[in-house]
Amino acid sequence: MTQKTTYDIAIIGGGIMGCATALQVTQGGMSAIVLDQGDLGQGASGVNAGTLSLQIKRVKLMPYALKGHYLWEQMGDAVGFAKTGGYTLAFNGREADMLQERQTLKAQAGAPIEFVSNNRLRAAEPNLTQKVEAASFCAEDGYANSSLTGQYYRGRLRDAGIPYREGCKVTAIDRDAGFALHTNSEPIYATRILLAAGAWLKPLAALLGVDLPVNARVNTVSVTERMPHLMGSVIGHATGLLTMKQKANGTVLIGGGWQGLGTPQDRRGTVNADTVKPNLALAQYAVPALATARVTRSWTGFEANVPDFYPLAGALPGVPDAYVLGCVRGGYTIGPYIGQLMGDSILGKEPEMPLFDPGRDFEKDTI
Amino acid sequence: MSDHYDIAVVGAGPAGGTAAVTAAKAGLRVVVLDEQPKAGGQVWRAKSASIRSAPKTPETTAGDGLRRTLANSDATLLSDTRVWDIRRTGDTWQLQILRGGQSEQINARALILATGAREYVQPVPGWTTPGVIGLAGATALFKQSLTLPGKRTVISGTGPLVFYVASEIRRLGGTVTAVVTPNTRTDWARALPSMVSQPRLLARGGLWMADLMLARVPILWGHGVSAVEGTDHVTAIHTRNLKTTGTGPTFDADSLCLGHGLIPNIEAAQMLGVAIHHDPALGGWVPDADPDGATQVAGLYLCGDGCGIRGVTAAGLQGTLTGARAARDLGKAAPAPALQSWHRAARFGQAMTRLSIPTPQLAALSTDDTILCRCESLTRADISAEIDTGAASTNAVKSGRRAGMGPCGGKYCQTAIAALIAAQTGKTAADIPPSTPRPPLRPVPLGQAVGDFDYDDLPIPKPAPL
Repeated sequence: MTQKTTYDIAIIGGGIMGCATALQVTQGGMSAIVLDQGDLGQGASGVNAGTLSLQIKRVKLMPYALKGHYLWEQMGDAVGFAKTGGYTLAFNGREADMLQERQTLKAQAGAPIEFVSNNRLRAAEPNLTQKVEAASFCAEDGYANSSLTGQYYRGRLRDAGIPYREGCKVTAIDRDAGFALHTNSEPIYATRILLAAGAWLKPLAALLGVDLPVNARVNTVSVTERMPHLMGSVIGHATGLLTMKQKANGTVLIGGGWQGLGTPQDRRGTVNADTVKPNLALAQYAVPALATARVTRSWTGFEANVPDFYPLAGALPGVPDAYVLGCVRGGYTIGPYIGQLMGDSILGKEPEMPLFDPGRDFEKDTI
Repeated sequence: MSDHYDIAVVGAGPAGGTAAVTAAKAGLRVVVLDEQPKAGGQVWRAKSASIRSAPKTPETTAGDGLRRTLANSDATLLSDTRVWDIRRTGDTWQLQILRGGQSEQINARALILATGAREYVQPVPGWTTPGVIGLAGATALFKQSLTLPGKRTVISGTGPLVFYVASEIRRLGGTVTAVVTPNTRTDWARALPSMVSQPRLLARGGLWMADLMLARVPILWGHGVSAVEGTDHVTAIHTRNLKTTGTGPTFDADSLCLGHGLIPNIEAAQMLGVAIHHDPALGGWVPDADPDGATQVAGLYLCGDGCGIRGVTAAGLQGTLTGARAARDLGKAAPAPALQSWHRAARFGQAMTRLSIPTPQLAALSTDDTILCRCESLTRADISAEIDTGAASTNAVKSGRRAGMGPCGGKYCQTAIAALIAAQTGKTAADIPPSTPRPPLRPVPLGQAVGDFDYDDLPIPKPAPL
């Protein structure tokens, strides 16, 4: 029998943030293992709409989102990155006011957002409805293909020699000298742990007796069959309730955070026809030619959040050597970057930008 | 429009049709939804109006019987109707349906899924050449419009269907160049004891064989089609002895009917929360359901080939059992029929299904260049490379390569892909479940799903925090 391996860190959750942290700490000389209850990158990291839009990022997270955009561009073809630019549309006066207010603040936070005339909009996107009241544009916006997350990070972990276990569910965590993780297969021993399990953070932290106030939204995404060219940029809505882009293969991906049903505890979310319909209606309103496109699939993903909708990134309160990373609004965009920051912090380095204390008072405005 | 029923039945084949009639007889308000213009399912598919005078067959007679019984019952049949979404709210099942280009909602207290089966075709080099059609697909052509797949046809596949298709093509005036079946005479000898209980079906099979022998149609036992020759149409069919892997004869032909058994349509049941298990003798992955159709999901019942390939006789009997069970659960008196005859019919059906259990020899007919996923034109080498880099599940292969993201939603490629994953990772078919099914149940035109709307009436929720 071989000697028991004790890793410097065990990372629970093989999404973007867990994998990005694993790569960073390994680069810093630590030994890491990544565990996922399913396959790598098949949670929110792999089923979100892949929108990389500064126009829908939170103002205070903009510096992180800008860094995230840079990293996605570096990953390039391997993740299906495309910088197309993006338009955000308002269809009535109320939405135009909202657009003005929100995008101005985001521009002040560093996003290169400009307001554009109808003429310019129509020249760029002739298939859009004529009913646009106001529009903003961000040349940095685009998308990546979230379906490729698992494939991409599996390759990165393999190249870096980082072991991972898929289909590995942590059932109990013992604190002794370090941590013993009991799983549905062999136990795993590590000096430190990082909880990066997205919408499953709450039950995971509960194994250590910590109550994290994590909730999950059930976001819905739909995709059509391949269509002739309908749009070249990412199309959004002033409220954020529509994100839409046509991929190189002609399929049109439609999201916007409409809510499905189900909870992370029952492992599966379900699409709710009552919310998919208005989501698709909004898409059709923006691009009328979508009416004839057949919808081939709709699905849901769990997006974790805490009451103040800012990230959890730092030490897990009350448990030395345990860390938590998750609940990042815009987590697909920001994930690769905040994973690096988390990794640096675990390595004992000062991260380039501040992390987000998981022990803060979530009811107060502390960020 | 929104209509309230006691029971909604999805699928008007032998199982669904019978379940609907049984439940309606118990005094319940029943609606049956079916994609086809007429009830009967795939097996009892109705003739189109243009060929109404064509001679009767056992299938048309049985189908006419079901159609008459349904018409005389109080059940409402909505044909040409596509169910694209099902969801449970409180005690009500809500079904989104497409009819005449409009989306409507049907409500019901109980739901019976009788979604039937689809065909499995083991991909072989050239199988996407025009002129190659499914074996079961060919039967749809004869039944509905007396159309033949070509002038000189090779029939290849497993189970009894090859002999039925060969004999029907000959009856309708076509030429059968050869019958090529992976099954051996020994396979059939093993199935014989279960067949003795169904003497009428056995006799019919005997007639098919006698016809082929009298016509001196070559029957190649233990052989498979190893390649289809032709660029824009089929010109020749190459064969291989599956045991020795030696080259078999080549046949000049302009068409090929190819099929390797049936796969239950389980996606709707899966989406509604029914667990699945693997049973090769039932066609692969099947939902957990009792013989009377009950599942662990309250108010949801399954019957017919959609919960395991047991054949047409068993499907009809299970329809009766399920209709009665659902009626009793809704408080109506409906006598429980004896299970015995269903068991007997199911034994026969399963013996036939066993003849189509995929084998490594059959899988070996695919080559590196063979297309496995037609929607995305992915070859076996493409999928194989993805598995080699660590994609160990159908979901991982789907995410990485889009195998299963095309219009078919993986219905036609998942079996071959799962078999490849199992072979490459040293696992068994039972270790590799199909990829997560996603709604809609059928592709639905966006504008029809949405219907007419006023922008100002869209229920736009509060925007995300700034």
